[in-house]
Amino acid sequence: MSGLMERVTQKALALGVPLSVHLDLTWRCHLSCIHCYLTERNGRELTTAQLVRLLEELAECGTLFLLVSGGEVFLRPDFFEIVEAARELAFSVRVKTSGTLLDDEAARRLARLHVAGVDVSLYSHRPEVHDAVTRLEGSFARTVEAVRRLVAYGVKVRVVQVLMRMAEGEYSRVRELAAELGAEYSLDPTVTPRLDGSRSVVRLNASHAAWRKVFEDPELDAKPEHCPLSPEPQEAAQTAPEWDSLPCSAGHTSCYISPSGDVYPCVQFPLALGNVTERPFREIWADSPAARRVRSIRVADLPICRSCEFLNQCSRCPGLAYMEGDLTGPSRLNCEQVFARTGRRPAPLAE
Amino acid sequence: MSELYVARHPAAAWRRLEDEVIVMAAQESWLFTLNEVAAEIWEAADGRTPLASIVRDRICEKFEVDFEQAYRDAEELLRALAERGIVLLSETPLEAGTP
Repeated sequence: MSGLMERVTQKALALGVPLSVHLDLTWRCHLSCIHCYLTERNGRELTTAQLVRLLEELAECGTLFLLVSGGEVFLRPDFFEIVEAARELAFSVRVKTSGTLLDDEAARRLARLHVAGVDVSLYSHRPEVHDAVTRLEGSFARTVEAVRRLVAYGVKVRVVQVLMRMAEGEYSRVRELAAELGAEYSLDPTVTPRLDGSRSVVRLNASHAAWRKVFEDPELDAKPEHCPLSPEPQEAAQTAPEWDSLPCSAGHTSCYISPSGDVYPCVQFPLALGNVTERPFREIWADSPAARRVRSIRVADLPICRSCEFLNQCSRCPGLAYMEGDLTGPSRLNCEQVFARTGRRPAPLAE
Repeated sequence: MSELYVARHPAAAWRRLEDEVIVMAAQESWLFTLNEVAAEIWEAADGRTPLASIVRDRICEKFEVDFEQAYRDAEELLRALAERGIVLLSETPLEAGTP
């Protein structure tokens, strides 16, 4: 994080401003990715009018960075209406999509709306591997074509690869492909549990050896302090833990809002703070007891982690810890990554 | 002195954070902040209000500064921002600078 971004984040923290919001428009998706953390596909969704009103509220609260995601956002017929409203309200908008439904007209419109960028998921440089992950034949070709279209219209594209065991040795090829396409590249090293806590997908994670290689690769941003689950401006809000520092930005300067309007500290932190159809966002953000609880936790309040010798090398995710049963406990996934990186077992893994 | 009109560039994303304005220039992906005085000009930069009126009505009175000096400083700042594509400057009124 740049010095200025850090200063802005600190100011937002002091003022209680939700600087970054991740908004899922829908959980519907025509792909069936094998690692997907979503458990519900056809739940209630906010209407266009409710979403526009929510955007107005977020702007009033000071939110600047907006990640519009899903599900597949292009399954919402009002997608552009929502993005247009967001841009009229001066948000910096990033869009996350598989790209498989993005045609030439959509790419042109995104360019005209001056979105800050588009994140496109790509799981391998080999079509058959990518398609095996998405379980949609031809998805690789459509995604790559979408990247080309967006780049041709001048839209900044970031190819995002979730590292999985079946393609763990090939990430450099995906990075090369991204460069050939004129896109940036980002690697997310962690397959996280499903939102209902099910860990069935965690087995897809890369091996410790692959993790170590990734963590030691100077060209990657998959560093211990990097939180790929947060919108970009929040990435480095996790500074080296100090005794009184915050575990992460979730619930402090960033949050996640589900398609039905449920507010959570982060997409990977399913602790409900409230629903925007029942209470104004501002009140949820400011007064929710759950939000206050999350905000009250300091590193000193983590009974196991605070005395861990790897404290300063760990990217402990409070959302993962919460899903594993204890908001202030360690996250086994993070402990395993520390083990992969250092070759030494943190205490929770030794138990 | 000919009139000068200023509009926020349509690609910019921005938000007021207490006494300053944070601006994200989409194309370059860089961030900067405008101080209290510049923030006043930024918020008034609708492309239709002459810069002289903005300086007179929102700067001179609020910050108790001389018009000539304030106008020169404002114009210098805005020309620098225009060079970087953050604002649009014109001697005739502009379309509303959105967002």
